[in-house]
Amino acid sequence: MESLTQRAKPVDRRPMNWLEKIYLWEIFKGMSITLKHFFKKKVTIQYPEQTRPFSPVFRGLHILNRDEEGRERCTACGLCAVACPAEAITMEAAERLPGEEDLYREEKYAARYEINMLRCIFCGLCEEACPKDAIYLSETFAPANYSRKSFIYAKDDLLIPDPVTNPEEYAKAKGLIDKKKNLKS
Amino acid sequence: MAEEKKLFKVTIDGITIEVEPGTTILNAARQIGGEVTPPAMCYYSKLKNSGGKCRTCLVEVAAGSAADPRPMPKLVASCRTTVMDGMVVKNTTSDRVLDARQGVVEFLLINHPIDCPICDQAGECDLQDLSYAHGADASRFDFQKRTFIKHNLGPYIQLHMTRCIMCFRCVYVADQVTNKRVHGVLERGDHAEIATYIEKALDNDFIGNVIDVCPVGALTDRTFRFKSRVWFTKPVKAHRNCSKCCGKVHAWLRGDEVLRVTGRKDQWGEVEDWICNECRFERKNINDWIVEGPAEINRHSVISQGHYSGKVGTTKPAETFSKVMNGRQPNLLMNIHSVSGVNPPGLNLAALPGPAHSTDFVKKKEINDKPSPEVK
Repeated sequence: MESLTQRAKPVDRRPMNWLEKIYLWEIFKGMSITLKHFFKKKVTIQYPEQTRPFSPVFRGLHILNRDEEGRERCTACGLCAVACPAEAITMEAAERLPGEEDLYREEKYAARYEINMLRCIFCGLCEEACPKDAIYLSETFAPANYSRKSFIYAKDDLLIPDPVTNPEEYAKAKGLIDKKKNLKS
Repeated sequence: MAEEKKLFKVTIDGITIEVEPGTTILNAARQIGGEVTPPAMCYYSKLKNSGGKCRTCLVEVAAGSAADPRPMPKLVASCRTTVMDGMVVKNTTSDRVLDARQGVVEFLLINHPIDCPICDQAGECDLQDLSYAHGADASRFDFQKRTFIKHNLGPYIQLHMTRCIMCFRCVYVADQVTNKRVHGVLERGDHAEIATYIEKALDNDFIGNVIDVCPVGALTDRTFRFKSRVWFTKPVKAHRNCSKCCGKVHAWLRGDEVLRVTGRKDQWGEVEDWICNECRFERKNINDWIVEGPAEINRHSVISQGHYSGKVGTTKPAETFSKVMNGRQPNLLMNIHSVSGVNPPGLNLAALPGPAHSTDFVKKKEINDKPSPEVK
């Protein structure tokens, strides 16, 4: 019969000689391969004690950005929601009242902003669509959970820490955003 | 005199059409339709004397007429220039026109704030379409833009003078549609602004039409302000018996909420018929209207995004589950309203007289079983 590939090897069907019959040589051969791997560099890491660095283009959980004064950047323009292929983003806008200037950057802001992480496919189109530098995909996985309820992420879950009240956490989050921005430019 | 009218033969971008004498080049091009039509920001066919201000409809006349085939030396405003027999017009086929139009767009955008993310006109804005089609990628204007304080013209209309491009359409509406005009253009040059004389509120029954004719977001509906983006609302044709106007409108719905009512616009973005203030501002209940069906929206428009054509979505399909399962109700895994704060059943945005504020949104109770994600 003609073989299907050119790499097919005919099986050696000669009877084994004495040395082959005691199998010791083959055992040594196998053990040497095993022992060699003890001294090789390990391909696994001790997760969760150790973590691998994320790729700079990794697209994880969303964050809503603030400016240097801690005001929310999002103006609820709806471009992320219209760009979203999974229709995961919903929002409701409101007008800024006098006295709320330190909370919101522009006269219109997102009173409610929700991302349904069950629907989200982490494509990053919202990040690309945003004209206000307001939404970014961070280097974090969406945590697993038993209930569907916990996957509706509202503004409380998405906003990065306030630089005025929580400067350390903000700096941490900011470093991440700047890294992404440098990558784009 | 039963003499037959002589029709003028005019060629626009290589397409020949016969039009009546006295037709402008722009209207002749509109009879052909499609890409041949020059854009128009200030011309409005329903308003007498409109046009000639924005210069976006500039075209090149390659041959003046059959009798005198010399070309016109300068580009002409097609909304103001009437056709001659044997005229040859170049619109998109002329590089001069395209270059001039790009310059005009740059001029129009010099003082425009480009605040589309917060502007309610975004998505149906003529200036947005124009600058996408003809504008340059970036502005070369390095100076401080002219700014004005926004103010309310009466309880329903908000004027953002910073966005205005001085097309004068609203002034013509006030002049021709309503019987008294209390707003006009003050100052001149760079300082020119649309304003009301002596801070008079515009309280005419048809003054709401200035919102529809405004090609930018300078005059916007306060009852729709910040309620939704136009492309998230669904436009339907609706009508009601109105004693003042035709009552035929486009109602922009979110679910059963009538977020906005506008006049019916044709393919050139002009309203078919003026509607009164009562229809526009005070009938925000779906029961006030008889819905005829979905409005025709250009499928390249962002408004048609996620909307289906025909009758799809106008009638709710019958729930057959309990019928099939002998009266058993479906076991839903999650009611989105139990978690989501968006569009809660209790809050009717359409019922608010103006934009929503933080006081209108009550904080939803926290969901406790959500683990906080660690930022690495």
